[in-house]
Amino acid sequence: MKHEHKKVLFEPLLENNPILLQVLGICSALAVTTRLAPALMMCVALTAVLVASSVVISMIRHHIPGHIRIIVFVTIISTFVVLVEQVLRAFAFDLANQLSVFIGLIITNCIVLGRAEAFASKHPLLPSLLDALGHGAGYSALLIIVASLRELFGSGTLLGVTILQPVSEGGWYQPNGLMLLAPSAFFIIALLIWAVRSWKREQVEKPEFRISHIAQDDRE
Amino acid sequence: MMENYLSLLIHAALTENLALSLFLGMCTFLAVSKRIDTAIGLGIAVVVVQGITVPVNHLIMSHVLGEGALAWAGLAEMDLRFLGLVTYIAVIAALVQILEMVLDRFFPPLYNTLGIFLPLITVNCAVLGGTLLMVQRQYTLGESVVFGIGSGLGWALAIVVLAGIREKLKYSDVPAGLRGLGITFIITGLISMAFMGFSGLVF
Repeated sequence: MKHEHKKVLFEPLLENNPILLQVLGICSALAVTTRLAPALMMCVALTAVLVASSVVISMIRHHIPGHIRIIVFVTIISTFVVLVEQVLRAFAFDLANQLSVFIGLIITNCIVLGRAEAFASKHPLLPSLLDALGHGAGYSALLIIVASLRELFGSGTLLGVTILQPVSEGGWYQPNGLMLLAPSAFFIIALLIWAVRSWKREQVEKPEFRISHIAQDDRE
Repeated sequence: MMENYLSLLIHAALTENLALSLFLGMCTFLAVSKRIDTAIGLGIAVVVVQGITVPVNHLIMSHVLGEGALAWAGLAEMDLRFLGLVTYIAVIAALVQILEMVLDRFFPPLYNTLGIFLPLITVNCAVLGGTLLMVQRQYTLGESVVFGIGSGLGWALAIVVLAGIREKLKYSDVPAGLRGLGITFIITGLISMAFMGFSGLVF
């Protein structure tokens, strides 16, 4: 594998994570992560749509007129989303119901449209495929971390298997109800951002204002 | 009747806030909340677009796409629901485009304030999400008007509150790793906790 291909594939995992750094695709990352199983399903669905639409857009990139490219992208993406939705309804009906509107909302997930616009419409087939896989993996990694934390501490289970025996069933663990509510998702992602940025210093944002330190003798 | 609509309005705007409890429209919510005036502009645009697209999509759902909806054309056994997603997003894109042209032609001052936000709204998941929730919950036409406007108002309220806090926050000394995006997430989480207090509002 050539060096730049490796870079395209692995960079979105940590160096340039779509959620932590590019602020793309946050809606679903927050909404489907109360349990691990729907989050895994969402990862598979999003990666499938992302890869399929990137490949198709990359193949026809020379034939799309510049003015109407966004409409063409949205049409291609929504076709694949409809396919994924029909497949899920046919083979995993309960999970598809748990995800409710969020499968349909992959259409407006900024990662898919963003990669189509920024990468697939300008690069040949293989790099576009790898880029889509990389971004799918970066998104999935974050979703799995958030969902595992929320399910483990919110209800003491992982994928429905009890890990921490809750008090209500004679165990010792008092489930933290906040983990199942909306605010915890924001806090967990904020802490993850903090952790990654403390490790990868170059991702820290520049301050808009610098607080000037007043020297001790100036004050008197 | 009136009470039903009022309770739906409050429910859609506060208890089930699109941004804070359903996480819809988050990308725009975080990206365009640095200044209060732009947040207000975007908020109004979302209210207008929601108030139009949700009822229009309701009409399309109940007269073209739904099960047996084409009975008026003599095709009673037709069920086009699988085309829902593609149709809704096309309707939203078309309506936003028309709205932009109408504003440009008849209300130039409003166009100048809202114009740059309208294209953003096509890909705002709050708008598509509002339509999909309306379909899922099987609202009537009247309810979908109220739900569209109410959910838009809730989203606008949330983004203006966040922008107000962020305007003050840029002067404060935030730990380096949390600066920018990180602290914004924490604030959004706190606002979301505050909005959970509205769940006590029962009619």
